[in-house]
Amino acid sequence: MEKTTPKFWQSKLIKTSIKGSFLRLDPRLLWHNPVMFVVEIVSVITSLISVSNLIYGGPFLFNIHISIWLWFTVLFANFAEALAEGRGKAQAETLRRAQSEAYAKRLLANGQTETIPALSLRKNDMVVVEDNDPIPGDGEIVEGVALVDESAVTGESAPVIREAKGDRTGVTGGTRVLSGRIKVTITANPGETFLDHMISMVESATRQKTPNERALEILLVGLTVLFIVVVGTLAPFGVYTGVKITLPVLVALLVCLMPTTIGGLLPAIGIAGMDRLIQHNVIALSGRAVEAAGDVNVVLLDKTGTITLGNRMATDFIPAAGIKNEELVEAALFASLADETPEGRSIVALAKYRLDRRGRDIKPSPEAKFIPFTAELRMSGISWNGREIRKGAADAVAKFVQERGGVIPESVTAAVDRVAREGGTPLVVVDSTRALGVIYLKDVLKEGIKERLSQLRLLGIHSIMITGDNPLTAAAIAAEAGIDDFVAQARPEEKLKLIRKYQAEGNLVAMIGDGTNDAPALAQADVAVAMNAGTQASREAANMVDLDSNPTKLLDIVEIGKQILMTRGALTTFSVANDVAKYFAIIPAIFVPFFPMLGILNVMRLSTPNSAILSAIIFNAIIIPLLIPLSLRGITYRPMTAMALLWRNLVIYGIGGLILPFIGIKLIDLLIVFLHLA
Amino acid sequence: MKEFIRALLVFVVLSILTGLAYPFLITRVAQLIFPRQAKGSLLTVNGKISGSALIGQKFTNPGYFHGRPSALEKAYDASNSGGSNFGPSNSKFLEEVGQRMEKVRVTNGLGVNAPVPADLVLASGSGLDPHISVDAAMVQAPRVAKARGLRESDIRDLVQKHIEGPLFGFLGQERVNVLRLNLALDDLSRHGGQSGESKQGTGG
Amino acid sequence: MAKDITYILVFLGVLMLLALPLGHYMAQVFTGRRTFMSFIIRPFESGLYRLCRVNENEEMSWKQYSLAFLLFNAVGFMVLFLLQIVQGRLPLNPMGFGSVRWDTALNTAISFVTNTNWQAYGGETTMSYLTQMVGLTVQNFVSAAVGMAVALPLIRAFTSKLRNTIGNFWVDMTRSVLYVLLPLSIILAMLLVSQGVVQTFAPSVKAQTIEGTEQVIAVGPVASQVAIKELGSNGGGFFNANSSHPFENPTPFSNFLEMLAILLIPAALPFTFGIMVKNRRQGWAIFAAMMILFLVGLGAAFWAEWQGNPILAQSGLGSSTNMEGKEVRFGIGPSVLWGQVTTVTSNGSVNAMHDSMMPLTGLVFMFNMAIGEVIFGGVGVGLIGMLMYAILAIFLAGLMIGRTPEFLGKKLEAREMIMAVIAVIAPAMASLIFAGIAVAIPTGLSSLNNPGPHGLSEILYAFFSAAGNNGSAFAGLNANTVFYNLATGFVMLVGRSATILPALAIAGSLAMKKSVPSSSATFPTASPLFTVLLIGVVLIVGALTFFPALILGPFLEHLLIFAGRTF
Repeated sequence: MEKTTPKFWQSKLIKTSIKGSFLRLDPRLLWHNPVMFVVEIVSVITSLISVSNLIYGGPFLFNIHISIWLWFTVLFANFAEALAEGRGKAQAETLRRAQSEAYAKRLLANGQTETIPALSLRKNDMVVVEDNDPIPGDGEIVEGVALVDESAVTGESAPVIREAKGDRTGVTGGTRVLSGRIKVTITANPGETFLDHMISMVESATRQKTPNERALEILLVGLTVLFIVVVGTLAPFGVYTGVKITLPVLVALLVCLMPTTIGGLLPAIGIAGMDRLIQHNVIALSGRAVEAAGDVNVVLLDKTGTITLGNRMATDFIPAAGIKNEELVEAALFASLADETPEGRSIVALAKYRLDRRGRDIKPSPEAKFIPFTAELRMSGISWNGREIRKGAADAVAKFVQERGGVIPESVTAAVDRVAREGGTPLVVVDSTRALGVIYLKDVLKEGIKERLSQLRLLGIHSIMITGDNPLTAAAIAAEAGIDDFVAQARPEEKLKLIRKYQAEGNLVAMIGDGTNDAPALAQADVAVAMNAGTQASREAANMVDLDSNPTKLLDIVEIGKQILMTRGALTTFSVANDVAKYFAIIPAIFVPFFPMLGILNVMRLSTPNSAILSAIIFNAIIIPLLIPLSLRGITYRPMTAMALLWRNLVIYGIGGLILPFIGIKLIDLLIVFLHLA
Repeated sequence: MKEFIRALLVFVVLSILTGLAYPFLITRVAQLIFPRQAKGSLLTVNGKISGSALIGQKFTNPGYFHGRPSALEKAYDASNSGGSNFGPSNSKFLEEVGQRMEKVRVTNGLGVNAPVPADLVLASGSGLDPHISVDAAMVQAPRVAKARGLRESDIRDLVQKHIEGPLFGFLGQERVNVLRLNLALDDLSRHGGQSGESKQGTGG
Repeated sequence: MAKDITYILVFLGVLMLLALPLGHYMAQVFTGRRTFMSFIIRPFESGLYRLCRVNENEEMSWKQYSLAFLLFNAVGFMVLFLLQIVQGRLPLNPMGFGSVRWDTALNTAISFVTNTNWQAYGGETTMSYLTQMVGLTVQNFVSAAVGMAVALPLIRAFTSKLRNTIGNFWVDMTRSVLYVLLPLSIILAMLLVSQGVVQTFAPSVKAQTIEGTEQVIAVGPVASQVAIKELGSNGGGFFNANSSHPFENPTPFSNFLEMLAILLIPAALPFTFGIMVKNRRQGWAIFAAMMILFLVGLGAAFWAEWQGNPILAQSGLGSSTNMEGKEVRFGIGPSVLWGQVTTVTSNGSVNAMHDSMMPLTGLVFMFNMAIGEVIFGGVGVGLIGMLMYAILAIFLAGLMIGRTPEFLGKKLEAREMIMAVIAVIAPAMASLIFAGIAVAIPTGLSSLNNPGPHGLSEILYAFFSAAGNNGSAFAGLNANTVFYNLATGFVMLVGRSATILPALAIAGSLAMKKSVPSSSATFPTASPLFTVLLIGVVLIVGALTFFPALILGPFLEHLLIFAGRTF
């Protein structure tokens, strides 16, 4: 799944990110990140003090040390954001390149075509795409069929069929027609395609903050304001106690206490989440939707294509009492030879396998007459030499036998009932009036679907299968797949009703859709994923587009949504927990020279007051770049219950966040002493 | 404006209910059921109010047991109340306590470094504390006996009889009500040392 | 020590025994169901609504509710202020007290309306009986009732779905007075009188002491006021010495009763909450967090106070017990317990002088107040405050499990965060800022009774007490100056309104949300893990905010005393 993922150590990316981190010092840009904006202001102040000390006398070296590390704090945070943005952009660019270099054959009113650059196409332009042409933009096929290579976008090498009318009409710019001729209406102006949308979502300047991100930012701003007051009032308290604390030291304490770690990494976490979605070949049209994906508690899944492979397959033969298995299998084989439906073919394949006649060509006698499947008869078969071999639905076959004066024996009826009860489809095989037995047709589950569904349950997500099957069949498949609930004999419009019902109960509903008649339901769902191959209507109604058109992608999206929130929460906890150690570094450093007994607070036994303050501020700065990989990757996520997850994260990031800085600051202090820096 | 009038009305009605009806009701009933307590648990000697059993008094006469220091401007001035509010690191306070300890040791004939009961030199919160600890009473027994010309053991017995123990064994400290003890002391002196027959006790 | 432990166990046992049924009873009252008291009280209630033109069934939006709350407090403030100014010309003034100074009157009016009951004045030397009753006692009732009332919208919001109303302020408040505060006060007042608390309209008693001098003994309608002062987390004493005064708290048993009364309603409200949100375990989880924080603080305070004053111990004090400012009938243990009980509940009453307690005891008391009075806290508002911390805790927890945080099915979003953050940090900031100003200006410092770090503690205590609407003091600080009257007055207003108004706003926005069904993916907030997390958030936020101030005040004093330094 992961394709050209730009690694973050790629030197070009690093270079642009470093440049970006300086450009972002512009207060007009930094304003978007209030926590770092405050750090920048105080950095300016301490720098000015250092400079004035240099000119007018005063402690210079220590102050300039502090100033430098304050600037590094801001730069590190900017770097994180620039890096995340750079990665996302690089990813999007590779997709776009294919698009921008393309040319298009635009259909003119007179039926002729003209060749123009793809970028000058406008919405509603009609283009013709033929063998080996790139598709010049996002659009919808209005005429024709084509085999399309979508590997440039999805990374999937197998070509796919796209055709006018039906649910596979959508094409994406940058993909290529291998064979066929299609007419496509362009559905987006340049700069308005999904890709452009995606790029704007990873660009920090245009990026919209998501609801949870805003709520978190309120908390961070609140803490910042609170700590400004805490540190600001420490000055008069100090004076009362007889200790005059210099401004740079107060600033150092303030910046250490402020939630700079999470404040600096917050934008990067959000952007990186979008990056991860692109890596999964999903284009989100809003950050809000990605976040909502983490909150989803109901998913609607289409049975066909999502839970099962799509078609029923023969899995067993059940002979009637007194009939040899061989005879049944052979009859079934003959009855299905002319049946070109997937079910028929699966019967042939299974029968050949059972008779050990794989590869051998079985031909019925030339005078044989095939009876094709019709909706009226609901059976098919073959007749020759007066023999009438038929297979079909139990009631239809029973009628056939009765008309000829026969009767279906008890053993066959019992087998039919059993198969139906188990959710399979029974086909009865008869030779004229003699019932031979039953073919067991069954929906086959997609590989790994059971595991994914049980993960969903762990995440507290209620899964609902939508199927046109009868309730019995639906129930059996639901049970086998481990799905929570199903809607049988569902018509498309019922999806909308169902979504509304769940939403009224307070649930957040996710669904995947592709057909035109899915559009209303997609528009109603909180998280709506459209298949890239789906219709334009469905893509417009959705808030995410899956380039792979893989329905189980929903699960990845949910996990990414959760991961983004978890990373934010964990780093916030970590950031706040860090403060305890910083107090124990800085407060004794300030007051021990005046009140030696306060040395008992110097639990880290830091060597000198200056080294203690420097160690704290250095730790505070370098923890940001150290956590960049984590915030880009997202914290490890495993499906487990909320309780287990919370314990785990609390222990790692809460208690870990409490302890780690004690160790880190001590080590930095040792290093500073070793290097004679303070 | 409608809401303001409503606010005013509700306030007036609740004020009448809780500010007038309630305290008047309580006063009425209290005066009926617990008249003595409601009026201040007053003690009378020869028909004259000599104080309240709950409020301490200032004693300076060596023939009386002395109560705790009172931080009030006028010691044991019950028209007011309050403590010293000295913090434990206040040198002025520590000095004062030192002087008080000195005085207690001198007046009661204790040794230079003899331990002094804490409550006898530390001021109470109300400035009106009617009690002292049993230790604080016993420390004064020899002085009182000497001043009154009574036997020390009789005095000790009297103190012993005036100990108010903790309710149910855990509610409150062992303590002695100074005013009551001194009234009993006067009684004892009047009856010429027949302490056993004193009618003045803890009850009343 | 063993006696103290017995004391605490019995105390907490009796408290639980009373709080559980009371919590249940209050849930009945506040959901408008009939109770065993209805047959007496209901006629009064309906009569009151008729008289005051209150429509019982009218529902208010959060803005209307807030307006009613503000108007009612404005009326209360004006009446109380004017009453003090003109008390000299009014009846029930046997001692003939004159008009109260404007700044003192202003401070006192704010103080009693905000349920703080900070007293810059000495009661028995300043206020007429009329002012004490119609002014102060009334506010003791209504400010407590307001506190309980404003907690109800927030509680209801969790169970209401897609509604834009949150209840009726007048009904909530009236019910608090009639069904809860008044009956309990009547019972308590009578019990207190039986113990010797005075209740009379007679003027001061003149006694002839046995040494022959005259003693003037102040009396008054005390029991009725003390009862509500304890039950309503008020704390404003009739006398200057508050509950250390023998007429307010005459016996160890009255002491036990009063402490019980102080904690009773705040301890019952989490249960009321649990019942009303139809999740009793949630009520227990919050109660447990409060109780654990209470016990931790109590343990620390006990340890600190029992250590005693090492300087006095050295000079030959019999036992090292620190009896300064304490009454013999209570002793150390119950005095510390009282301090802990009152500082966690925003009840400003004292039975011993906190100023004279050991520095670390003072530190615990200050911390209790500074974190915003959420360990049980004031009636109603304490629960609100704890719910604000709960919102912060659940927000973090929600993110850490990868969901938009939700509490009892309600999503917590930006709006709730703004309000919860304001509620948590605004009082803390106000107290620190004004303490900072006070230590920086001569007017602030000239009020100090104690030099050195203890002086800083006095100032910090004053503003933490004001911000937490507690009302107790390191009473050595002469707070009856124009600066302190105005500064503490302002901080009290911030402390009160920054808790209540955000809570009402949150109630308004929660009530409008739909309720998300819970699943294995939602954080179970009725769990021990929630309790642990809540405690953690309270402690961390409190510690980070007040660490420097508390280090330089009480902690430094502690170190210095044990190093033998005095000031």
